[in-house]
Amino acid sequence: MKEAVLIAGVGKRFGEVQVLQEVTLSVGEGELFGFIGADGAGKTTLFRILATLLLPDEGRSEVLGLDVVRSYRDIRKRIGYMPGKFSLYPDLSVEENLRFFASVFGTTVEKNYELIRDIYSQLEPFKTRRAGKLSGGMKQKLALSCALVHRPEVLFLDEPTTGVDAVSRKEFWQMLGRLREQGMTILVSTPYMDEAVLCDRIAFMQEGRMLALDTPTGITTLFRKPLFAIRARETWRLLCALRASSHAASVYAFGSALHYTDNRPAVRADELLVALQADGFTEVSVSVIQPGIEDTFIALMEEKQGSDHV
Amino acid sequence: MHSFKGFLLKEFYHIFRDRRTAAILFGMPLIQLLLFGFAIRNEIQEVNLGIYDQSHDAVTRQITDKLASSGYFVMTKELHSTKEIEHAFAEGGIAEAIVFEPGFASRMIREGRANVQVLTDGSNPNISKIITGYTGSVLQDYRNTAFKTAEVGVEAVPLMMFNPELKSVNLFVPGLMALILMLVSALMTSISITREKESGTMEVLLVSSLRPVEIIVGKVVPYFLLSFVNVVTVVALASFVFGVPCRGSVTLLMLESLLFIVTALSLGIFISTITSSQQVAMMISLAGLLLPTILLSGFIFPVASMPLPLRMISNLIPAKWYLIIVRGIMLKGTSFGFIWKETLVLAVMGAVLMVASIKKFKTRL
Repeated sequence: MKEAVLIAGVGKRFGEVQVLQEVTLSVGEGELFGFIGADGAGKTTLFRILATLLLPDEGRSEVLGLDVVRSYRDIRKRIGYMPGKFSLYPDLSVEENLRFFASVFGTTVEKNYELIRDIYSQLEPFKTRRAGKLSGGMKQKLALSCALVHRPEVLFLDEPTTGVDAVSRKEFWQMLGRLREQGMTILVSTPYMDEAVLCDRIAFMQEGRMLALDTPTGITTLFRKPLFAIRARETWRLLCALRASSHAASVYAFGSALHYTDNRPAVRADELLVALQADGFTEVSVSVIQPGIEDTFIALMEEKQGSDHV
Repeated sequence: MHSFKGFLLKEFYHIFRDRRTAAILFGMPLIQLLLFGFAIRNEIQEVNLGIYDQSHDAVTRQITDKLASSGYFVMTKELHSTKEIEHAFAEGGIAEAIVFEPGFASRMIREGRANVQVLTDGSNPNISKIITGYTGSVLQDYRNTAFKTAEVGVEAVPLMMFNPELKSVNLFVPGLMALILMLVSALMTSISITREKESGTMEVLLVSSLRPVEIIVGKVVPYFLLSFVNVVTVVALASFVFGVPCRGSVTLLMLESLLFIVTALSLGIFISTITSSQQVAMMISLAGLLLPTILLSGFIFPVASMPLPLRMISNLIPAKWYLIIVRGIMLKGTSFGFIWKETLVLAVMGAVLMVASIKKFKTRL
């Protein structure tokens, strides 16, 4: 597989703060690649380096085989970039925004209509509306159309679904899926774990470092301890009790259940159940579950923090 | 070329869709001109005058009538004691008091001279000076017609060249042109570029295939055209409403204005390259450009009477040079031969700023 993006030992600091540290990975052509991490993990900085907007302090990076520092002008013509901030002109209408971005990339909406029809057709009924008056989901669809209108070979989407409602998020990811089918390389960053599953491969980012890199299913194998889902009538008291327990390795709320790992190597679900019932909890259920991406991410983060403290 | 046209079109959308921008661009020149033309004047009209006549004779009455009929003074108060004068000033009822000594007429005939005291409100020195001057000339005039004095003496006959009526509109219009152009060109461009930085659209523009020069020129051209429209509006209004003449070549005036616009625009772009928020850009433009343009350019206070350090600073202010040029062309009918130095200064300033901003314009964040 040919590489669309290559990142080798990239680091970046802003003053005293090291925002990126030794990030190394490569993204294949036609891949839908996700960067997962909380705010401040360095995702935006990495995207800006790849979009040739920032210079890396260490390491080197290539997009489409071109160096991001030396050949930035050639790269800019061939990539699409959607910054995290709303980056359309609110005082221009939907159609004017699209035509503007088409024109600054030296093309027309008509020429590449095929590519954006899928997305833009949903916006067409509102094409005379000012972009500033669109809903969050619509804004992101328009921004995606604008980033796509010059038919880029690689698409960089920096947190495209942050602040967007659940339905629009789902639609947005369906669109990304269709673009990938057409062979476009897509790099996307997101703080949402449920979106990570939809990527071909994901990289976990934490405080400027890459914690892990694998396929969504592959990455969960990094989670080695047995994971229990525990439910009881009084969830809050249960959480406090488990946190206070000397055996608990990690406890956190996950939907209506608590996800729990124990620091004893071979503890069983029924042992935990009995212990909890003895503590006076009612309607208790304990089951072993498959760790998800979020569980893995939390575990990796804690492992990392633990090693930092030593 | 195609992408540049798209960029220009977008800039015009911004200007005409944002009501505040449009209002500043087109309303401000009109309002300022009318304000300066009608409200802010140096010439004196209807000065409230108090008379303390200790003589009450034919001569003092004639002088009083002459003052009252001059059109500049309004007889407001008949005063009866020195104490009353002070009181009247303190009240604000009068701006000038005239005191005739007792036996004014007889002394005038007997000795050929008599004393009249002129008191003005020194809390506003500019106005005081002008009032005193007017009163003096009315008295002088009276003496010359009523008593053809045979004394030999030197008489100064003043004539204010180029602005014989000393109309302050004539003085303000050139300054106003400088002010408006500075505001429209420098302030608006610096805000419009920093707005792109703030809203994140600059990120996308940079990634696009537009070159920095295209972005800068695209930002400049609309304001260049609009500023020129403003110049034409102000000159036309000044001429039709206030009768301000343009004695020199109108073409030369327009060309010099275009040069000044380019300089101001370059300044605006330069500001936007060193700031990243609209607010900072606005503060720099207002504090760093508008105030000096008003205070140090010679618009209101003559540069010649400033202390040396300020005179040196004023040389750095483009408006100072533009003001010399415009006053020369409009009021004196000066030809290019006499203002080429000022023109050169403006051109150099503009070129330096333009090159500096293109150099400084970051192709990255």
